[in-house]
Amino acid sequence: MNVDLFFQYIVAGITYGTIYAVVAIGFNIIYNATGIINFAQGEFVMLGGMTAVSLHRFLPLPSAVLAAVLITMIVGALIEVLFIRWLHKPSVLRMIIITIGLSILIREIALHIWGEGVKALPYFTGTSVSSIKLGGVFVSPQVIWVVGISAVMVALLSFFFNYTIAGRQMRACSANREAARLCGINAKNMVTLSFALSAAIGALGGCIVSPITYVQYDSGTPLAIKGFTVAILGGLGNSFAAVAAGLLLGILESFSIWVMPAAYKDVIAISILLVILFVRPSGLFGSREAASMKEF
Amino acid sequence: MLKIRNLEAGYGKLKVLRRVSMHVAPGEIVTIIGANGAGKTTLLNTISGLIRARAGEIVFDGKEVGRMPAEKVVLLGCSLVPEGRQVFSSMTVKENLILGAYVQYRRNKKDLLPAGLAKVYGLFPVLKDRERQLAGTLSGGEQQMLAIGRALMGEPRLIMMDEPSMGLAPLIVKDIFAIVRRLREEGNTVLLVEQNAKAALRIADRGYVIETGRIILQGTAEDMLANKDVQRAYLGRDLDAETMV
Repeated sequence: MNVDLFFQYIVAGITYGTIYAVVAIGFNIIYNATGIINFAQGEFVMLGGMTAVSLHRFLPLPSAVLAAVLITMIVGALIEVLFIRWLHKPSVLRMIIITIGLSILIREIALHIWGEGVKALPYFTGTSVSSIKLGGVFVSPQVIWVVGISAVMVALLSFFFNYTIAGRQMRACSANREAARLCGINAKNMVTLSFALSAAIGALGGCIVSPITYVQYDSGTPLAIKGFTVAILGGLGNSFAAVAAGLLLGILESFSIWVMPAAYKDVIAISILLVILFVRPSGLFGSREAASMKEF
Repeated sequence: MLKIRNLEAGYGKLKVLRRVSMHVAPGEIVTIIGANGAGKTTLLNTISGLIRARAGEIVFDGKEVGRMPAEKVVLLGCSLVPEGRQVFSSMTVKENLILGAYVQYRRNKKDLLPAGLAKVYGLFPVLKDRERQLAGTLSGGEQQMLAIGRALMGEPRLIMMDEPSMGLAPLIVKDIFAIVRRLREEGNTVLLVEQNAKAALRIADRGYVIETGRIILQGTAEDMLANKDVQRAYLGRDLDAETMV
């Protein structure tokens, strides 16, 4: 393998890894607020991409993306209000079944609205064949957009959780729900906010990646599996670990093409998921002690 | 300030509180003593809104709060320092205090935050030193101070404390009780639940004894300290042995 090819693999790995990380962060936000895994997270990514493609027919690209993110955000909040808010202390199994059910529901609705066709947003700048030369590597401008927007998003999220009142309230709820209520924080509203926020993040991820990976009514599920793997690999609930784990998985997948057929790419993610669940369920960066105290 | 009449509450099918009636007047320290499982914590959790009252009424400052959720009760000025401290351990000391002031923010008094912080740091200088440390890394006594400080940040009119001395070294317990006394001197009203009955009655004005969910005895703190039943059951004095001598 020559050096140029090596870096080409790295770039591809970073691109996919970033998307996995974005999906994993969506998982983590809801996990932190509620202690559950929202298996409909991948559907938020699909909804964002699909809505943006439809809106782009009459709106310029930036406003179409923005509107798609807002619409998905509202969908996320509605899902929480309609299906989750009124449950009184639901068991983990019940929540898993509800979110899996929701993901099937959203997928079927998407099939009715958009059909089976494969869609994509146009490249944000340039075209599918344009590239920027960075060192010895040719990089699609969309890759820069994906990595750049995701980086800004992670920075904004970190600011939100550490320095704003709503962000601190959300962290307080995940640290100790009863104590948060005793401080006057409405824990139920924080859960709704967490669904809205992670829907918005998923949708934005879906928009920025759709020119490269395309979007289809059922494209959320594979992304959800990858995102889930990354969330587990990094340690559930830890968003910075998710970024590291996402990049790791993306790069591993990308290099796997070198040693085995591309069709086996997904084997890497699933194998990692299984190995981690068997060997170190708390994740690479998670603390074992904390994981042992969690219900799930 | 706080008036409870015929309160009943519990968990699921389990009925814990049976027709509890009591009151707290402004400026008082009132203590509730009783053995493990008597219903002390349930009583405080019901007043604070974490548990919904099944029957009876809880009136705080003229408002019925028995069926109000916890986040609204605290907004009225009734704060609970929960059992086992319950600080936000993954957040810094300062963030914990800022979250305690969230009710002030809801009351549109967020400009009082620096003054509130200064007041709590004045009361607990050690929290100022540990400002940037994660709350989970504090010692038990420091966490208790933080939990009290967090409740004080909301400028409550009634502070309820659930077993503030639990699991602390005797020297620190002394500090905590000194702080409770100081809070009263500054005009606060305190409802104190304690297993350490002797220490609690020494600083309290009045007391209630709760047993299997019922108030079985009430009176001024001096009367209760002198009461033979209380002495035998809760103050660890062996009267039978004394009369034999």
